[in-house]
Amino acid sequence: MGVIIAKSVNEACAVLAENPATTVLAGGTDLMVQANRGTQSLESVLDLSRIPELKKWALEGSEIVFGAGISYTDLADPQIAALVPALTQAARTVGSPQIRNAGTLGGNLATASPAGDTIPVLVAMDAVLQLKSSTENREVAIADFITGVKTNALQAGEIIQSITMPVFQGPQEFLKVGTRNAMVISVVSLALVTDYSGRKLRVGVGSVSPVPFRATEAEEFISKEFDWETNSSLSEKVINKFSELVADATKPIDDHRGTAEYRKHAVGVLAKRALERVCAGERL
Amino acid sequence: MSRVQTSDTATKGPRIGESALRPDGIPKVKGEFVFSNDLRHSDMLWGGTLRSPHPAARIVSINTAPALKMTGVHAVLTSEDLDGMPLYGLEHPDQPVLADGFVRYQGEPIAIVAADHPENARIALEAIDVEYELIKPLSDPKLAQEAEAIHPDGNLFREIDLIYGNSQEEEGEIIVEGTYEVGMQDQAPLGTESGMAIPSEDGGIDLFVSTQWLHADRDQVAACLNLPTEKVRLTLAGVGGAFGAREDISLHIHLCLLAMKTGKPIKMSYSRTESFHGHVHRHPAQMWYRHHAKPDGTLTRIEAQLLLDGGAYASTSSAVLANATCFAAGPYRVPSVEIHGAVVRTNNPPCGAMRGFGCVQVCFAHEAQMDKLAIELGMDPVELRLRNALQPGDKIITGQTITGTAPVAEVIETCAQHPTSVGSASQQMELPGGAGRTADPKNIVRGEAIAVGFKNLMFSEGFDDFSTASCQLLDGVATITCACAEVGQGFVTLAQQIVREILGVEEVILEPASTANVGSAGSTSASRQTWMSGGAVKSACEEVRIRLLSRIAESYNLDVESLVIVDGGIASLSSDFSISLKEATAEPIEVEDTYRHMPTFPLNEKGQGDAHVSFAFSAHRAVVDVDQELGLVKVVELITSQDVGRVLNPLQLQGQLEGGAAQGLGLAVLEEINVVDGRILNPSFTDYLLPTALDMPPVEIAALIEQPEPNAPFGAKGVGEPPAISSTAAVASAVRNATGLDLQRVPIRPTDIVFPERGENG
Amino acid sequence: MTSEVYTLTVNGNDYQVVDGHSSESLLWVLRERLELSGSKNACEEGECGSCTVLLDGEIVCSCLVLAASAVGREITTIEGLGSEDEISDVQKAFVDAGAVQCGFCTPGLLVAIDQLLNSNPDPDDLTVREAISGNLCRCTGYGRILEAVRIASNNRTAQNEEEKSK
Repeated sequence: MGVIIAKSVNEACAVLAENPATTVLAGGTDLMVQANRGTQSLESVLDLSRIPELKKWALEGSEIVFGAGISYTDLADPQIAALVPALTQAARTVGSPQIRNAGTLGGNLATASPAGDTIPVLVAMDAVLQLKSSTENREVAIADFITGVKTNALQAGEIIQSITMPVFQGPQEFLKVGTRNAMVISVVSLALVTDYSGRKLRVGVGSVSPVPFRATEAEEFISKEFDWETNSSLSEKVINKFSELVADATKPIDDHRGTAEYRKHAVGVLAKRALERVCAGERL
Repeated sequence: MSRVQTSDTATKGPRIGESALRPDGIPKVKGEFVFSNDLRHSDMLWGGTLRSPHPAARIVSINTAPALKMTGVHAVLTSEDLDGMPLYGLEHPDQPVLADGFVRYQGEPIAIVAADHPENARIALEAIDVEYELIKPLSDPKLAQEAEAIHPDGNLFREIDLIYGNSQEEEGEIIVEGTYEVGMQDQAPLGTESGMAIPSEDGGIDLFVSTQWLHADRDQVAACLNLPTEKVRLTLAGVGGAFGAREDISLHIHLCLLAMKTGKPIKMSYSRTESFHGHVHRHPAQMWYRHHAKPDGTLTRIEAQLLLDGGAYASTSSAVLANATCFAAGPYRVPSVEIHGAVVRTNNPPCGAMRGFGCVQVCFAHEAQMDKLAIELGMDPVELRLRNALQPGDKIITGQTITGTAPVAEVIETCAQHPTSVGSASQQMELPGGAGRTADPKNIVRGEAIAVGFKNLMFSEGFDDFSTASCQLLDGVATITCACAEVGQGFVTLAQQIVREILGVEEVILEPASTANVGSAGSTSASRQTWMSGGAVKSACEEVRIRLLSRIAESYNLDVESLVIVDGGIASLSSDFSISLKEATAEPIEVEDTYRHMPTFPLNEKGQGDAHVSFAFSAHRAVVDVDQELGLVKVVELITSQDVGRVLNPLQLQGQLEGGAAQGLGLAVLEEINVVDGRILNPSFTDYLLPTALDMPPVEIAALIEQPEPNAPFGAKGVGEPPAISSTAAVASAVRNATGLDLQRVPIRPTDIVFPERGENG
Repeated sequence: MTSEVYTLTVNGNDYQVVDGHSSESLLWVLRERLELSGSKNACEEGECGSCTVLLDGEIVCSCLVLAASAVGREITTIEGLGSEDEISDVQKAFVDAGAVQCGFCTPGLLVAIDQLLNSNPDPDDLTVREAISGNLCRCTGYGRILEAVRIASNNRTAQNEEEKSK
């Protein structure tokens, strides 16, 4: 049946309902790599890249909602950067300008790679995905959406419509280790999100386990230690303990991009540095 | 089919010494330049290659029947279909055209197909059924010589015991020892292997291919096709970079076999992954060194053991080892040297030529040793190098006297003294980790170091090294025919400059490089084409000039000594005679000339002899920022001085210096083909990391040392390789300087900095 | 399996694509079916930038665009830069600055840089480096390429000022 370029979410869902085996194409930055290698056949394709509603974002009360088709480049919007800085930071580390123009937030989630750059941020913020099929709308927490290495909870006929997350008050940091200074797959990544009103520091980590996750024990510890009135610097002991707790929570593997030992070490370093930056940051 | 390389013309062009612009620049910026993978033919088929997934196996059976039946498939060939020479190889044939009974490296070609679409070719390849009996791969080069032979020729490609001077130890000498390792680097030219073969009516074949050496390819292809060489015509198709990767045969024979079998034009173009498996790489090296010096820093003796991993087939391993051994001591005067060098066969990917050719590996080691010695002596590393720097008239460790220029002290001094122009980073993007935002200024330590290297120019050890060129002058237009492979280095620019310089013509046409037109130009490698093909073009033009002036003198009864070429014409200094070149060359003058450099000689059983023609020297100084906690490095500045003989084209020279340094930086901190048990783990640009614009700092040229080299055309030395030699050593040394670590391996990986005690050295 | 006939708009011209395999990338179709081989293939996984084209004015790797999904979009390739008789200022700067060696990365870089200068005529060094960080060059070490961008940028700035002062 070739390629269907959907113009609306409803149209896309209808196409999928009729032919659930259709391959869904968003930015193409992962899918086409497989197609070019001959490991993915694309006999029937549903292209979501030209659905205007999927490219929008909006502030809805205390939450921000992104259409799944928003590109990494679009996430650099200064208005978005002011609301969810870590997401903008993470988006800028993705691939190259070419990749950032094509790749989408929804695509990053659907691919569900342990190294997906935006995922630690979304995990830290407990983002929720709005999934849609021709018959059902449902919401899935990000922790439940990514089910394993490159597997997700999408059911036949479903697409990711949007991603929603709270807008937290307070500084945010995203850091990613790669052995090259640009255009590199993450060896380790970490997002630290401050929530002043909830008095919580949230930590998401990537490339250190099959699925990016929140380091909850480290969060509990640091949220108690953090000086919520002044944001002032923490003792070295506290920072190190936080760093240790983050590292201890990970289960990295050895591969050609880095050893497990290095990943565990590096994620601790990132935790420490992110925390130091947050402490040094302006009290909002 | 379109012509693969149009003849180039240029108007009012610069001469020698000026920044002439590339004649192929305009077509290249317009996207009109035809690279080898842009070739097409209305009747063509696509070729594909079935490669071994295993590094070592016996082939029990191959069933091609299912593939032959598939849609669009025109031919499937295996070793059974060969009727020429079944083996090929640049130095000696030991590599099967298609695997016969055994595979010895992952990616070894087993079968080839021709189909109407590459997708159908791919599907057909999948349908070929090969039964393997797996063999435990020989992957550790240290075990190769004791292991059972994995090839009828054995596991040792070459061994050299170099002994120079006498080995008397001196009282009170300082000794430093070290073990060093260099990983496997890939040339990674952006254009992958590609080309087109077209069967011809005379039963021969026309092959359009990107290569570094048309005639060497032609001879190997002809032997494997069992055709006389005149029936195999190779023409250079546009080359997307080379750096050594195209000196060996890759798809050449396969293309021709499929074309002969199907009677149709065949196009092949490797994917990037296939390219990683389909060409030779830089030899990984394990090196042990012991340096002896007097307390004042004078070197007294160097001992070294070098082990290069040649991979599964010979390629140019033996010449690479000769270079590694001959240049193992660095550009220093040493009275006593003992080196054992060996290059062995393993089931790892085959290794061969890459920019720097054996000198890159040893430069990393000898410069690390010099730094170590400087620390041990409490001496400034620059002073130590200057104290021992080779000078003209000195002997190198093969006993050969340097009869040409050797401005070693000059390159060191100018490079060391050049002011640095970098401040500290002002933005996170400029710090180690770059776009990943991992570092803050307080996490960074800065280091700086200098390294010096040298290398032979042209082919060595008695090789009959020559280049052929012809020049025709007709109607004031010069036409040059030379089979020199233009791979991006700019010979096409230089050739036009030479012609204009000597003949005073404006219009210079370069005929396509082809085996059909002219004799061999030799390889575009070993920093040799400026000297060799430049020399051939120069002497052809000079002979044309002599004949032209003689003819005019005779025709017009003038004194030949009084004639000069000026302003597009010929004038007499002793009369008011003048004639335009156009008029003077209404009758053509054509000269073909073969240029040879002075003869060289083989190394004797002690690794001694006048094996080399000429030497080029370079120094690099690197400034690096290191995030020691994460093990990330950012090279913030590279400063270089190079011994160039004479600058022929400043702009192109600068491009060579910058580009070569980028490859050296890559080897120092980024680039490695990770091979485990004979398998490449990262055969893609996602995981084989080339430097990006955010990794490569500005290159400051401190000095171009212009001391004309005797016997070299225009006094110019080749400039392509030195930039890739001392740059790696300088970056590695600067990282050592920043961290205080004894980093003994390149590329330096984050773990080497973070967990130095876990080093995989030696 | 082949997809239906579709039309691509490249450099302002409409091209019919017939008999395409359904999974063909835009790069493949440009090069092999439309004979616009200026866009280059060096990795086919979005890591080298040699295949960079503009898709509705934004740079993308054409190897990662499914050809049949680009119907109705404005595609601009290297062949669309400059005019029939004259190369563009950036193309000229590349030749003049010695930014071209083998030339394989050149078309993709030119598309990326042209787009950069159109949106930011006077970028600083770091901005240029980030903007071309997705375009690998193996020959030049980027030095002459950055110089070419400076030349083109300076010329544009000078031209703009000249126009203003008129």
